[in-house]
Amino acid sequence: MQWIDNMLGFFGSGSNIMFLVFALLAIGGAVFMINFTKVVHMVISLAVTFISLAGIYILLQAEFVAVVQVLIYASAITILMIFGIVMTNHQEIEQPLARPLHQVLVVIGILAFFGIVFYSVQQAVFPDSTVEHAVNNTEKIGMQLFSQHVIPFELMSALLTVAFIGAIIIAKREEE
Amino acid sequence: MNVIASYLILAAILFCIGLYGALTKRHAIIVLLSVELMLNAVNLNLVAFSRWGIVPNLTGQIFSLFNMTIAAAEVGVGIAILIAYYRSRGSSNVRDMNSLKR
Repeated sequence: MQWIDNMLGFFGSGSNIMFLVFALLAIGGAVFMINFTKVVHMVISLAVTFISLAGIYILLQAEFVAVVQVLIYASAITILMIFGIVMTNHQEIEQPLARPLHQVLVVIGILAFFGIVFYSVQQAVFPDSTVEHAVNNTEKIGMQLFSQHVIPFELMSALLTVAFIGAIIIAKREEE
Repeated sequence: MNVIASYLILAAILFCIGLYGALTKRHAIIVLLSVELMLNAVNLNLVAFSRWGIVPNLTGQIFSLFNMTIAAAEVGVGIAILIAYYRSRGSSNVRDMNSLKR
């Protein structure tokens, strides 16, 4: 039986099982984010997605990106979203959709987009590479970041400064 | 069917869910959150190509780090605009944000 052999080959390696668990958690968190009605529950379920994406980054031998994902997405952005909900309309419940035509068109468009992406991924041929990023991952990223990509790095620091000064000025209460 | 294809399909599914949320949800914070989900799917693509791509190297991981920085700045400014808007209008519904149309 061909498919039993395929299943055994798939579940034979531990990384595939971990990928399956993390992928199910990620998709489940995203789907629950769409389906929940209270806004805070949506943010919490998307935090599950962010954390399981960090696990997938570890499977891809990108430890530093995984740690940064947990630090920035799963903690900082989630907490910032919860603060934004608390400071705005936190009683509000997501109403059911009033425009069915709009929703049907959106679903059709997204399904077409997903179909195109799925077909092109199935058609593409990727070589089997054997590069290893796991050894000294953070050190290698630091060496490349400060030699080859140092100008984007500095630009990024300037952009972060501009963004947070702008955020403070926009959100500051205006004196009457 | 290669190993990378499963990662790419996962990223495509997450991107589509994020796109659906960004186009249909009413609450402005949920729209921002869906945009974050789409950015995360793109990051997953970048990291997957840095491991299994045609020319695998560390540049994909570095680019995804830059992407996360941009996303953090975007969320900060977005939440600030939302708070200022809520203070002046008392609503956080994206359907109410049409004052430029009038």
